[in-house]
Amino acid sequence: MSDAKSERLSVFKTYKLFFGGKFPRSESGRVYEVADAKGKWLANAPLASRKDARDAVVAARKAFAGWSGATAYNRGQILYRIAEMLEGRREQFAREVADAEGLSRAKAAAVVDATIDRWVWYAGWTDKIGQIAGAANPVAGPYFNLSTPEPTGVVAVLAPQESSFLGLVSVLAPVIATGNTAVVIASERAPLPALSLAEVLATSDLPAGVVNILSGKAAEIGPHLAAHQDVNAIDLTGAGASQTAKELEIAATGNLKRVLRPQPVDWAADPGTERLLAFLETKTVWHPIGV
Amino acid sequence: MAFAYAPAPESRAVVDIAPSYGLFIDGEFREAAGGKVFKSISPSSEEVLSEVAHAGGDDVDAAVKAARTAYSSWSALPGAERGKYLFRIARIIQERSRELAVLESLDNGKPIRESRDTDLPLVAAHFFYYAGWADKLSYAGWGPDPRPLGVAGQVIPWNFPLLMLAWKVAPALACGNTVVLKPAETTPLSALFFADICRQAGLPKGVVNILTGDGSTGAELVAHPGIDKVAFTGSTEVGKAIARTVAGTDKKLTLELGGKAANIVFDDAPVDQAVEGIVNGIFFNQGHVCCAGSRLLVQESVADEVLDSLKRRMATLRVGDPLDKNTDIGAINSAEQLARITALADSGEAEGAERWAPACELPSTGFWFAPTLFTGVTQAHRIAREEIFGPVLSVLTFRTPAEAVEKANNTPYGLSAGIWTEKGSRILWMADKLRAGVVWANTFNKFDPTSPFGGFKESGFGREGGRHGLEAYLNV
Repeated sequence: MSDAKSERLSVFKTYKLFFGGKFPRSESGRVYEVADAKGKWLANAPLASRKDARDAVVAARKAFAGWSGATAYNRGQILYRIAEMLEGRREQFAREVADAEGLSRAKAAAVVDATIDRWVWYAGWTDKIGQIAGAANPVAGPYFNLSTPEPTGVVAVLAPQESSFLGLVSVLAPVIATGNTAVVIASERAPLPALSLAEVLATSDLPAGVVNILSGKAAEIGPHLAAHQDVNAIDLTGAGASQTAKELEIAATGNLKRVLRPQPVDWAADPGTERLLAFLETKTVWHPIGV
Repeated sequence: MAFAYAPAPESRAVVDIAPSYGLFIDGEFREAAGGKVFKSISPSSEEVLSEVAHAGGDDVDAAVKAARTAYSSWSALPGAERGKYLFRIARIIQERSRELAVLESLDNGKPIRESRDTDLPLVAAHFFYYAGWADKLSYAGWGPDPRPLGVAGQVIPWNFPLLMLAWKVAPALACGNTVVLKPAETTPLSALFFADICRQAGLPKGVVNILTGDGSTGAELVAHPGIDKVAFTGSTEVGKAIARTVAGTDKKLTLELGGKAANIVFDDAPVDQAVEGIVNGIFFNQGHVCCAGSRLLVQESVADEVLDSLKRRMATLRVGDPLDKNTDIGAINSAEQLARITALADSGEAEGAERWAPACELPSTGFWFAPTLFTGVTQAHRIAREEIFGPVLSVLTFRTPAEAVEKANNTPYGLSAGIWTEKGSRILWMADKLRAGVVWANTFNKFDPTSPFGGFKESGFGREGGRHGLEAYLNV
């Protein structure tokens, strides 16, 4: 036995896409280099293709009936479970966020804590948003009339480019809290926290296909998702340049997707209900009252 | 047995239509800058009712400028004061409702029974409802001080001219916006009468501006860089074009577009009630209704019974003079719309569906289409997929609730749906599964200012009516 401490060679992680509850490589076989804020190589991330995006939409559509039909209480439990699983991996995510965003470890840890707290915030909303956004309407006649919010469907999410983890969760959690399913394009430059988040989602009882995460170029995959006829809404937060956002919004009119335009957001601030309400439809049911 | 009815026409004397109208900009009527005019005819007689100005780009610009100027003081007015203007407008509409009902039936072709008993009461109620919101916006659920958007460009259809105006103008003004509204080309008159109501109510100039014209006027308006909000009701095709126009801008957009609603009748539904609901669903307003129950899904086991009863009922519908108080179905709104209905009905026959209409004498002038139903319709037929926007019903059958849901949702539209069954749990199960913004159970085509209206999917987005309707006009 030697006293000398031998340098252990670390085990790298192969980062993969996440859709349909599985972790495939890109069908295209492509990867791209991901570097930290100082330019040091971190990993090769999958460079998702149009086909990957389409497969992710199929997975999201398949999951929609079950997830939107789950009770709000059940969705809340699962979102809370995600926070629990994240809490156990704080160190890992602090390291990844520090690398991704060039933050000190202390600042990155604070970002991770805020991100976990954001999941808790949205977990608590699942069975309350209906009471905030719904209404019993006092119509002028003998009718029961009730408005309730329902999820829009499959939502494509262009996650923020800069805030790779807190920003990502801030746009993703409200989409699924209300019963939608999501296809997310992670930050192009810093996709690793998103791809690692998939490992948490996969172990939190979240049904397969509810969240699907792609890494790659938003400029390449975005237009296909914006034009996809089986996608019901698109969040353009990560679209970046206004010309890109405009082109995606135009593509989205083909089947009248609900579009959330990019806007400046302070991810650390109280998120309010705007993103919960953005991907909800109001359904109003009438029935006569009589004996 | 046929009942003979003596004619019972509502008097036209209550309405005084001027031979010509200008554009209503900044509180005054003026001619179009380009001097263009067009005629508005009565679709039941093809008689020219009036000649109205055709607004072009310069007029749109002038109207938007007037609305912008008015915005600073209107939006700064205490909500209670804005509300009082809207209450005044609601009351004047009630006072003038007979006049407006007759005008609407003349210009649109809808039966006086509907314009008098449905459109006008709902118009007044809508203003009354939103008047009350003007000073209560901080309680509406968008924080302590929700702000208006600015100038709203609003484009409305011809099927419920004054009601669609009310749905657009009332919430916009209540929230503190000013508006430039373009009524439909074939039904401009009631909006011009509304301009006079604004004058009577003392509404500050420029708060409401009315631009008559055609599709090109509407396109100029929604593309104008000086507006902050676009609200459109009309076809899905035009809705998509508008969405493309506003893409990449900061303009807030709400769209209320087409539909192809399923009206679903289960074997336990009381047949007579269901048949009344089917008739109301598709023949109300000549079927010129975006939420019309244009696809009848009837459970196979009762299909024959329901259809026999439906045909008996259809044979009693009275088609003719919109001003006759006994008329059930009035005139088709325009020659263009009649041609579209005719072409789609012909495609139904050509594609193999079986056409039926009651023996029905139609007037010799004007635009008319007999109430018609098609059986043997498959989901692939154009008459099962496309919005006909006329008195044409496509009948399909189903065996299980799951099949009914599958067929009902098999459309890019998602505006409304109907369910007829005595079983409460089935109503709620169906209502949950149907992807539509309004679900009528054991009733159909009910509207109320407190009740949000609007669609899923390609039927548009945003809601009109109720607390939800405020969101379209607030910076939230």
